[in-house]
Amino acid sequence: MNQQVTNVVIGGLGGQGVLRASDILADVVLRAGYDVKKSELHGMSQRGGSVSSDVRFGAVVHSPMVPAGEADYLLVLTADQVEPNRHVVRSGGIIILPDQVDSAKLLNRKSLNVALLGLLSSYLPLPEELWMATIREQFPEKLHAANEQAFKLGRAARV
Amino acid sequence: MSEQKRLLLSGDEAIGLAALHAGVKLGAGYPGTPSTEILEYFAELGGKAQWSPNEKVALEVAIGAAFGGARALATMKHVGLNVAADPLFTVAYTGVTAALIIISADDPGLASSQNEQDNRRYAEAAGIPMVEPASSQEAYDFFLAAVELSERWHVPVLYRITTRVCHSKTVVLPREPLANVPPANYIRDVRTRVMIPAYARPAHHQLRNKLKEIAAWNEAGVLNQEVPGSAKLGIITNGVSFMHAREAAPDASILKLGLTYPLPMEKIAQFVHRVDRCVVVEEGDPWLADAIRAHGLKVESKPEMYRFGELNVNRVRRILNRDTSPEPAPKPGKPPQLCEGCSHRVVFEVLRDLDCIVSGDIGCYTLGVLPPFNAMDTCVCMGASLGVGLGLRHTLPPDQARRVVSVIGDSTFVHSGITGLVEMVYNPPATGHLLIILDNGTTAMTGHQEHAGTGRNLLHDPAGKVCFEDLARSLGVKRVHVVDPRPGSDEVAQLIKECLASGEIAVIVARRPCILVAKQIREYEKCGTALTLTEA
Repeated sequence: MNQQVTNVVIGGLGGQGVLRASDILADVVLRAGYDVKKSELHGMSQRGGSVSSDVRFGAVVHSPMVPAGEADYLLVLTADQVEPNRHVVRSGGIIILPDQVDSAKLLNRKSLNVALLGLLSSYLPLPEELWMATIREQFPEKLHAANEQAFKLGRAARV
Repeated sequence: MSEQKRLLLSGDEAIGLAALHAGVKLGAGYPGTPSTEILEYFAELGGKAQWSPNEKVALEVAIGAAFGGARALATMKHVGLNVAADPLFTVAYTGVTAALIIISADDPGLASSQNEQDNRRYAEAAGIPMVEPASSQEAYDFFLAAVELSERWHVPVLYRITTRVCHSKTVVLPREPLANVPPANYIRDVRTRVMIPAYARPAHHQLRNKLKEIAAWNEAGVLNQEVPGSAKLGIITNGVSFMHAREAAPDASILKLGLTYPLPMEKIAQFVHRVDRCVVVEEGDPWLADAIRAHGLKVESKPEMYRFGELNVNRVRRILNRDTSPEPAPKPGKPPQLCEGCSHRVVFEVLRDLDCIVSGDIGCYTLGVLPPFNAMDTCVCMGASLGVGLGLRHTLPPDQARRVVSVIGDSTFVHSGITGLVEMVYNPPATGHLLIILDNGTTAMTGHQEHAGTGRNLLHDPAGKVCFEDLARSLGVKRVHVVDPRPGSDEVAQLIKECLASGEIAVIVARRPCILVAKQIREYEKCGTALTLTEA
């Protein structure tokens, strides 16, 4: 019934760029013409606690939250956030972990979120130029080079 | 704006945009998750918005604007409406000249709140029409409709949203801004506006008549939606639960209510009679189900276990399957904590080491309850640290009473701590009392909003400034200290010990900017000084 909806959950800790990553993804799929919903909880999570954000896209999306057991992708910015989010992943769903990109090669270590988006992008049918345009729009100019490099590093890291 | 542009907006942002397009002349509120971004976005778009000291004042300011013929908006979280309940119940009687939209942002599941009260009950209790959007598009569209409804019947409208509507970003296609926004203009009408008993009695009758008319209008109302489907299962729902229900039961017939008070009972009855089984899917209290059943209609309410927390697709599936087996609990994530380097830490370490009985309050610093501090004993509502602390002082045996301390943040003090301070001066306990104001120069918990104690307005421009130490002295408190809670200094410990030993009433202002925004605050200060000169 809901085959056309793609479900992504991004998890991490407050301050790691979880919400920025899900903003970029949601914006890219909006530009690509999909219906999209993005959901997360604000508030207490700002104090270094667990944060997770759901992005769903497809022809028509109803609930803004990814139902448990239906996430196609779980992307975490720190490995210890897999367990609190594992219940959302469907069987056969893909988990993207921070050690799948070589963070030592990042121009800016804070760009890990964008690097992992790059890796995620290799699974999704979205044109690279939309990602690049969105990344440039989401960051101030001085951070463009670092984030573009991070995205490409992640996109190439698919084994 | 000829080209239709698809925007990806949160529900809060969609309301801010709608307020602009509706010609709202003034928005007032107090920051509170999940409502805060409405006024911030409205102001960013050029709307006139302001933070008031608390929700009661914000609503009163909005009422004044609406009395004067200017469209007005008041925003608050669910518990804020408790504070604003006094004007709420009577503005239902007085009615308004121009539209007055009162936002109540409820938090089922307590993502960032002290309770999960269901404010739909306020609409019924006060007799105020209530509109509930389910998505950002509806948050935008329904706001414009609410403005029209408010002006057609000259009633305030309660605009109830929930955390998932506020903070989910979904696609919005905006319309052209409303034309013919009425100009503000004062027209004297004392019988309508002055609620002495002689005028209030007929006003109550008039309100009930208006509600009857609105209920009749709601029968064919544009804010309700029917999704045709199987006659085997019908679902009556509201707000974001509609989205979960569509996904959980794609074949069901659905009646989705957007104007949920007063309810369109004929429409509901027709729907109930058309389906074999009718289930009410709603978050929070079984408010819709109870109202429909009180009308003699046979509908199923959710099992009691689904009163608690948010709904989602899985939980709606369980409700429809009448599944009351225990739900799988997800592994807990990492809890939030006071930031490394937060000045509150210094104060809580002292309170812990002195074994104080800490009457706490609402804000980041409520995290002082958690290890390694374990330095908070009570937290009830905004401003309660004063009253609760004083009550403990008055009645505990002296050896315990002397250990009681009230701890409140700067924004919370402005919100509703000032009257508690007056109480401390007026009814001082025999053992004295100590109030500590943790002044980090911002409303940190909700995302760093300004308040009357920062000397800057919502847009961070210079504004009037309330100086806490001057206020305390002017009220007659003799022991007033200002201290910088520096890590590694024992100044805070010495002051607290001295105040507790004095047996007098005392106020300590522990002042150090929130480390997350200290740099920004310095930038703001460079750009301008507060309008009234006070010591730093």
